[in-house]
Amino acid sequence: MTTPTTDDSTPAPTGERRTWLRDHSELGVCVLLLALGVLVLTDALTMDVDITQRGPVGPKTVPVVVGAGLLVIAALLAVDVLRGGRGQAETGEDVDLSEPADWRTVLLLTGVFLGSAVLIEPLGFPVAGALLFWGAAFALGSRRTDRDPLIAAVVSFVTYAVFNNLLGVPLPGGPLMGVL
Amino acid sequence: MNALNSLLDGFGTALTPLNLLWAAVGVLLGTAIGVLPGIGPAMAVALLLPVTYGLEPTGAFIMFAGIYYGAMFGGSTTSILLNTPGESAAVVAAMEGNPMAKSGRGAQALAAAAIGHFAGGMVGTVLLVVLAPTVADLAVDIGAPDYFAIMVLAFIAVTSVLGSSRIRGLASLLIGLTIGLVGLDQMTGQQRLTFGSLQLADGVDVVIVAVGLFAIGEALWVAAHLRRRPPDPIPVGRPWLGRADVRRTWKSWARGPFIGFPFGAIPAGGAEIPTFLSYVTEKRLSKHKDEWGKGAIEGVAGPESAASASAAGTLVSMLTLGLPTTAVAAVMLAAFQQYGIQPGPLLFEREPDLVWGLIASLFVGMVLLLALNLPLAPVWAKLLRIPRPYLYAGIMFFAAVGAYAVGGEVIDLVILLIIGLIGFGMRRYGLPVLPAIIGVILGPAAEQQLRRALQISDGSVTGLVDTPFSVIVYAVVVLLLAWPLVRKALPRKGART
Repeated sequence: MTTPTTDDSTPAPTGERRTWLRDHSELGVCVLLLALGVLVLTDALTMDVDITQRGPVGPKTVPVVVGAGLLVIAALLAVDVLRGGRGQAETGEDVDLSEPADWRTVLLLTGVFLGSAVLIEPLGFPVAGALLFWGAAFALGSRRTDRDPLIAAVVSFVTYAVFNNLLGVPLPGGPLMGVL
Repeated sequence: MNALNSLLDGFGTALTPLNLLWAAVGVLLGTAIGVLPGIGPAMAVALLLPVTYGLEPTGAFIMFAGIYYGAMFGGSTTSILLNTPGESAAVVAAMEGNPMAKSGRGAQALAAAAIGHFAGGMVGTVLLVVLAPTVADLAVDIGAPDYFAIMVLAFIAVTSVLGSSRIRGLASLLIGLTIGLVGLDQMTGQQRLTFGSLQLADGVDVVIVAVGLFAIGEALWVAAHLRRRPPDPIPVGRPWLGRADVRRTWKSWARGPFIGFPFGAIPAGGAEIPTFLSYVTEKRLSKHKDEWGKGAIEGVAGPESAASASAAGTLVSMLTLGLPTTAVAAVMLAAFQQYGIQPGPLLFEREPDLVWGLIASLFVGMVLLLALNLPLAPVWAKLLRIPRPYLYAGIMFFAAVGAYAVGGEVIDLVILLIIGLIGFGMRRYGLPVLPAIIGVILGPAAEQQLRRALQISDGSVTGLVDTPFSVIVYAVVVLLLAWPLVRKALPRKGART
């Protein structure tokens, strides 16, 4: 839904500028779409299409259309945002939009996820998975040091067993599974 | 009757012990997922896509269909007992169901919803049995231009019918199409957007995109705005209905499917519109108008019945035309692609065991769901008390499992996180997720059909519109695009001036 912006009346000029940027942070989406469009177009136009082309439409056509579409949409979105249009943030059962975004939790979660991803190969899936679960629960505010690691370990080991042994999707067991 | 014979064969497939087990697993998981806040059926099916690597197709689709129907059943429990519906389809259930629960009639509301889902699902599935083979027969000789037209319709419908901003819908679609472009061109082997990387030459796996957008994106978004104190569910006993309630609701149960089914079959947002229409209809026809807003049981029964019937309607379009009209159908289409099966008119000829086994299992699943939901509702309601850190940690964990199972590569997890961050940004700035996922799934197929059609016509654009079918589909597309202009031009009724 697009709602008209309310006039803000911040007195200091620097503060005013910052509020303006905050109110129009959606312009960042336009910049990203623009960059993506340029990327797709550059890739399509620098493609050296040789004799492999069969039929009148080659591998370039669709990327060119998509890239051009991205540029047009970036411009249209920018116009919409400057006219006061706003993308409505998604709601949900556990979502409370009345408070500002909690970036610390998001960064922690991202870090935990990347950390466990790196650890899968040296430590094996069961251990890295348990660390991911525990770390994510910790990032989201759970502080039960007696219960959390236990739940994480059970979830991770059961999942490993189901995928590796029941469904036949191989996951690396790591040194621990070598010992057991 | 041919369809009847095929259906009987289908029951032969669905009633084998193993497939019964998958149906039971599906409805149990589906109900749990429907009840759990924060997880929708689309995310659930996306998280379970990795099982397609180890399971044969019939079992997998029986389970997915069970999840879809089960989540509809379970979703109404959350709306009635918590009044914070997460899915748009469940919003209407909260309008009358929650006041009923507050005034001590939660058991009746749950029963009206469960029986409504059963009735809607049954009628909807019967309509599916009758209509799907006919649609498949009519469409059986459609060619490349027709397929391309259907995909264009899907693109336009998800961006302009759904959501509130067409620009944002289109932006989302283009992001999806761009992700779909990555990899080797299917017809010439030309590298596109790979930047010389071998990993990217295989393209970005649909499983990773679906899990990233639906699961990681959602988990990060909720993490940024997690409610400090989750709302307390209203305690409830075993669902039951008195004779007076049944007398009030049976007509609502019967009307719902005929509103829900057609809307499920067309790309108009799944259960959102029909549940609301059913609500309005029931309100108009009700003899107890004074109760509306304070807990009128018809307002639960009708919409819930429409919701389940719309799920059956969705399956008609997906199975006969390969046209996904909801996010769940889109993810199920991705599962078909994993198996190398092309849903469409020929599916009924090529894979009769799969299709009819799936349809028969819907009937089986419905009976299982009714048997599970009426006596076990208080147990399901306990799921609403799950600590949120565990819930969202679990979503992150299973997303990682799914992405890693695709190819056993750590780089896939990094791509998953990047797509998750894109999903986060989309939720923050109101870009709908559905067009992106449709773009990823249908984009490459649409390009292939377009090029094939133009190859046949030797480059002439008329090759895209040389069949009656494609002309009709493009007419619908034009209508969808022109609709806001037409509406603006018409004299506005009841304008507030």
